[in-house]
Amino acid sequence: MTWRDDWRRVRAIAWKDLTTERRSKAGFNGVVALAVTMLVLFGFALGPGAGALRDAAAGALWLTVLFSGVLAFNRSYQVELETGALEQLLLYPGPRWTIFTGKLLANLAFVALMLVIVVFVGMLLFQVEVPVAWARLLAVLALGTVGMVSMGTFYAAMASRSRAREVLLPLLLFPMLVPLLLAAMQASKALLTGDMMQEAGAWTKLLMAYDIIFLVATHLAFEHVIEA
Amino acid sequence: MPLRAADSSTELAIDASGLARRFGPRWVLRGSSLQVAHGEIVGLLGANGSGKSTLLRLLATLLRPHAGTARVWGFDIAAQPDDVRRNIGFLAHAPGLYDDLTARENLAFGAAMLGRAHAAASLDAALARVGLSGSVAERVRGFSAGMQRRLALARLLLSSPRLLLLDEPYSNLDAQGIELMNAVVTSCVAEGGAALIVLHELAPAAGILHRTVTIRQGRIVEPDAPRVSATPLAGALAR
Repeated sequence: MTWRDDWRRVRAIAWKDLTTERRSKAGFNGVVALAVTMLVLFGFALGPGAGALRDAAAGALWLTVLFSGVLAFNRSYQVELETGALEQLLLYPGPRWTIFTGKLLANLAFVALMLVIVVFVGMLLFQVEVPVAWARLLAVLALGTVGMVSMGTFYAAMASRSRAREVLLPLLLFPMLVPLLLAAMQASKALLTGDMMQEAGAWTKLLMAYDIIFLVATHLAFEHVIEA
Repeated sequence: MPLRAADSSTELAIDASGLARRFGPRWVLRGSSLQVAHGEIVGLLGANGSGKSTLLRLLATLLRPHAGTARVWGFDIAAQPDDVRRNIGFLAHAPGLYDDLTARENLAFGAAMLGRAHAAASLDAALARVGLSGSVAERVRGFSAGMQRRLALARLLLSSPRLLLLDEPYSNLDAQGIELMNAVVTSCVAEGGAALIVLHELAPAAGILHRTVTIRQGRIVEPDAPRVSATPLAGALAR
């Protein structure tokens, strides 16, 4: 098999996941409804003070993305399990990483779309203005999303082999995401509040290192978690 | 129950020796050996839970054996799984289709996963071959179980497999579907392949089988030797 065949497989899986999601709509509607509900509840919990809302905006945003993302990661394998399609997927010849990359790209598109909605709603509810360093904030959002989705896609594959996958996925995933969430929240908060202490750069570097390490590790380890 | 003569060849499609597999503490397969020759169609019989499907899934590389070895067309199932996958067509209990994709899209996805670009016309031809030409643009969600099995068969044929591993392929099929399944199996085997078919009832496949083997409590209890002679047993029986 050539790299063209591998790329065709990656595209096919991403296209299939996004098409089935677009047509069923159940997953996306549920995830967005959960995300918006969480943001509203965070807003009520923090009270009407504009300062408190702005300070908590980054944390609320990333926690919302985390909890909503778990639903999306679980769902991406649920579709395969419903009709025995995962088994069929494993019967095709070719490297297993292509399955992972295809699912990763589909989940990235899914979570990125959800993130756009969450950021928009969050800015309205938490009275946050577009920061001067908006491009750097976008980069932090992208890096945080890539790290979260790569780990989520990987651990969802691992959990998909278990009957208690809905419970198992957060148990496996959340501890591994602590460094990423910490870095993403701190970098986002710094950029939203003007980055007075010049700390956003260090947190962004940590995010980049996390992404590189775990993108490589999850691609290498995927074959071992998906095979029976 | 030899019913039809096999093609004469010494190449083994399946050469399994002492295959064993457990799930937790329970051994489902306990040292099964089986040979299937080039040109043979073999029926695998046995009671529920006897290990038929596990044996098939081991040969299809979906499971790894805990003991024993097996080769498919000379490729080791544990050491060369990708080469094995390139040479087999596996039809499982569950169709493994995507409900929200159309019949043609399901086939196109299968073709892409095989690393092939298939034109819509060739996919439609494959669907016509299994009697689904009127449903190419319909979503699989609305298909009956029999139609789903026909679609799974069309997908299986995309890879032109040399060894068919079929797990109860006749379930949910009507008389026409059974005829179609048998025609597909015999044509694949006639083109130089072989087939191992898990069966609950012998009747639907009786006209195409060369022999049967029985599996009981994880062991093959009637390990017939591969029939490599061209003796027309079906004809002899008729006489």
